[in-house]
Amino acid sequence: MIETIATPKTSTGKSLRTEEMIVNMGPQHPSTHGVLRLEVVLDGEIVVDVIPHLGYLHRCFEKHCEHMTSYQQVIPYVDRMDYVAAMTNEFAFVVAAEKMLKIEVPERVHYIRIIMAELQRIASHLIAIGTFGIDMGAFTPFLYYFRDREKILELFEMTCGARLLYNYMWIGGLSHDIPPQFVEKTKEFCTDFKKTLKEVNDLLNYNEIFIKRTANVGILPKDLAVNYACSGPMLRGSGVNFDLRRDDPYTLYNKFEWDVIVGKGEMGTVGDVWDRNIVRQREMWESLRIIEQAIAGIPEGDVQKAIPKRIRPVPGDAYGRIEGPRGELGFYIVAEDNVTPYRIKARAPAFVNLSVINEISKGAMLADLVAIIGSIDIVLGEVDR
Amino acid sequence: MENLIAFFSDPIVTTVLLALIPLVFILVYALVTLYGEMKIAAHIQNRLAYMETGWHGVLQPIADMLKLLQKEDIIPESANKFLFILAPYLVFMGTYASFAVIPFSSGFIGSNIDLGIFYLIAASSLVVVGLLMSGWASNNKWSLFGALRSAAQIVSYEIPGVLAILGVVMVLGTMNMQTMSQLQDGGIQNWLIFGGNFPLAQKLALLPFMVILFVIYLLSSMAEVNRTPFDLPEAESELVQGYNTEYSGMKFAIFYLAEYANLFLVSAVVVVMFFGGWSSPFGSFMSGTVWSAFWFIAKGMFFVFLNIWLRWTLPRLRVDQLMYVSWKVLTPFALACIIAVGFIMVM
Amino acid sequence: MTAFTTYFNDIYRTFNSAMIGMKVTIKQMVSPTVTLQYPRAKKQMPDRVRNRLYMNFDDCIGCELCAKACPVDCIEIDVMKAPPTESLGETSTGQKKRIYVTKFDIDIAKCCYCGLCVFPCPTECLKMTDVYEFSEYDRTNLIYNFGTMSPVEIETAKMKVKLYDEGQAAKKAAAAAQAAAAKAAAAAQPAAPAAPAQSAPPKNPEPPPTQQ
Repeated sequence: MIETIATPKTSTGKSLRTEEMIVNMGPQHPSTHGVLRLEVVLDGEIVVDVIPHLGYLHRCFEKHCEHMTSYQQVIPYVDRMDYVAAMTNEFAFVVAAEKMLKIEVPERVHYIRIIMAELQRIASHLIAIGTFGIDMGAFTPFLYYFRDREKILELFEMTCGARLLYNYMWIGGLSHDIPPQFVEKTKEFCTDFKKTLKEVNDLLNYNEIFIKRTANVGILPKDLAVNYACSGPMLRGSGVNFDLRRDDPYTLYNKFEWDVIVGKGEMGTVGDVWDRNIVRQREMWESLRIIEQAIAGIPEGDVQKAIPKRIRPVPGDAYGRIEGPRGELGFYIVAEDNVTPYRIKARAPAFVNLSVINEISKGAMLADLVAIIGSIDIVLGEVDR
Repeated sequence: MENLIAFFSDPIVTTVLLALIPLVFILVYALVTLYGEMKIAAHIQNRLAYMETGWHGVLQPIADMLKLLQKEDIIPESANKFLFILAPYLVFMGTYASFAVIPFSSGFIGSNIDLGIFYLIAASSLVVVGLLMSGWASNNKWSLFGALRSAAQIVSYEIPGVLAILGVVMVLGTMNMQTMSQLQDGGIQNWLIFGGNFPLAQKLALLPFMVILFVIYLLSSMAEVNRTPFDLPEAESELVQGYNTEYSGMKFAIFYLAEYANLFLVSAVVVVMFFGGWSSPFGSFMSGTVWSAFWFIAKGMFFVFLNIWLRWTLPRLRVDQLMYVSWKVLTPFALACIIAVGFIMVM
Repeated sequence: MTAFTTYFNDIYRTFNSAMIGMKVTIKQMVSPTVTLQYPRAKKQMPDRVRNRLYMNFDDCIGCELCAKACPVDCIEIDVMKAPPTESLGETSTGQKKRIYVTKFDIDIAKCCYCGLCVFPCPTECLKMTDVYEFSEYDRTNLIYNFGTMSPVEIETAKMKVKLYDEGQAAKKAAAAAQAAAAKAAAAAQPAAPAAPAQSAPPKNPEPPPTQQ
């Protein structure tokens, strides 16, 4: 009697050839940036197929929001979605809510929101590049970057009282006005941070070993990026010159002078991992420019003037989106009665960007897969919500 | 009393006791280097490491050692028990056997054989067997990956390393490690990295090739010890811990000890070959048996420091880039240097 | 660039960038450290920091705005409207207290430290302090009971409210009965105009109870 051994199958049902092997990376793994499980089909060292399994951090945030007694209570929940860049989440939700309620905020609120959003963008990119360095084996840039992220978190703590989850941007305004020493400390931070940026540029980005690990790896072609709805540094790294701050303005970014950084394939091809990394690095310089211009000219005003006493929306819906550090973060709010939201849907950029991983990592090696995941910059809180 | 003296003058007992001196050295050195590595890494990263146990944490390595000693030794159910237990000892043995020919000072060398460095290369290749054994016996896909990568890496980097040693042997004319150090005695100008104890024309001709051979040997020795930028087998971000994953407790401590011992071994070889071994840079000032031991250990620790410095600065190479560096960069350069050195020595 | 020149270029760039990187790290190695040794040296907290909640129970007027504002429902309040005849005192901001607050529990383990409860409080009795070291071994110790009414006081209060309610109910019933009787008398009077109505002498309406 001939016994046949059943051929192993992946979780999507594809059966393997004899030399292929299924390897499971995660959910507990030092380099998957959170609880992400990747089922990798390997042929020796080459990746044949990558199937991500999500949901290990799902917290039913959208369902919780349907039971809140007011829209103001949704803001602490929204904070906790992308916990690395909380101001961004609040900003997106507030933009969407103000669109639905048709509220105009004073100019001072716009300026302070821009400063906070850009500081948060810098803080988020610091984590992205730092952890990417650790995945590549360079342990020191992460600590240099955390030294500076600490200064940003101190600025936030001085303003609203919390370091990581702020509850600062409210519908119609802000919860606190900036304290008197904020402007001084931000200017100090901007000057000190430029030194660190230059140092880490020398230490990490232009290091030949790093370039050899990241150039020509994980190339995301332009049309693939657009078809998969990638956004943020992933899109700009592939050469598409699109930035929501300039192209779909949601606040007063057009008052400042700044450039949109686009990947040019300096060290390899356009759209490889090095390009995405250098887009993030250079965006930090641009954010510093915006902050310096904004700090110099904050208008006077009352930040709490336009906050409504009771939020009573007219039944309807609205979609508001902003340019977050990971990409386009949007909220779609549906209101049916005038007390609680009926549905709040969050369009998380990390979730959409992660969908492209199967296409760009075919043919890469296992070490390259780690580089590719690091360059997508995922935060599982956002991916799973 | 006479029995005791007779016992200790027995040649076998004396040999065994002499053989244990490097072990004592290794244990002390491992504690010091563990502390030093963590502290240097911390100061590079603008933070303080160990501050609690003892003044500035000096007693921490002892605490670590005690912790590893009292840990539970877990052997996985489906692991190959015999190979699993044997592997760490093989790795340590490969390194420790090579300590026999290291000239610690002008008056002390474990065994003054004429085959010195050749024996060292041969003995330290035992490490590969141990690594492969540990990867296979762990019955863990990730360990196997790490072990295979490590074996490929060590075997490929032996070639340029051995070629560099060949170049030095051609210049100095001997494989005996003690004689190598004696030939570079007499001051810093006699060190091989600066051309060696030769007439000026020959010295200047040799100098660039000696520098290149030094760099080649330094890189291959870093790859042998699995230090970043060549630490793919232990790449924490990818393979958790590589071939080490399933080990805990005393066996893990032995792997760790073997890694540090190997680090000192290759630093010692660099020092003996290129930097004068135990000779003092000032010629006859500060020389003698005890001083030469001090110079040797100081120079060795400098290269250990260099290794630590490089580890915390550079990212790691991918496996195919590692192979590229070994076969397509280091080996051709080493061969070219040997041809050039041969010509110079003949003229 | 031919393959030959790229080869040497690569080697040169590797060494060059490694040297530059090493220069950066060695410079940082001799710079001062930026860390604090935590249990010995603690960081200075700014004024607006949002850590553990504290509540001054004497100032609470029982409006329950904080419980309604909390997004995670970590504040539990039980109230009873006090009878108008009772005097509960005043808060430090000058408001009269009219409500018995029998239970005021905050489950600080559920609290998300958002600060939404602090803003609506009319007497500013709920505040976020700068205490962040309050771990406990037993999770039930993290339910902070701020209510200061002892069980005896709660029972007394319940009794008073019950008595007042019963008294009010009795008065209402009496007033209703009297109004019904007056109506009946007014209806019976035109039916017998000759005989003086002796059976139902008119009663003076009682004066309404005075507010205190």
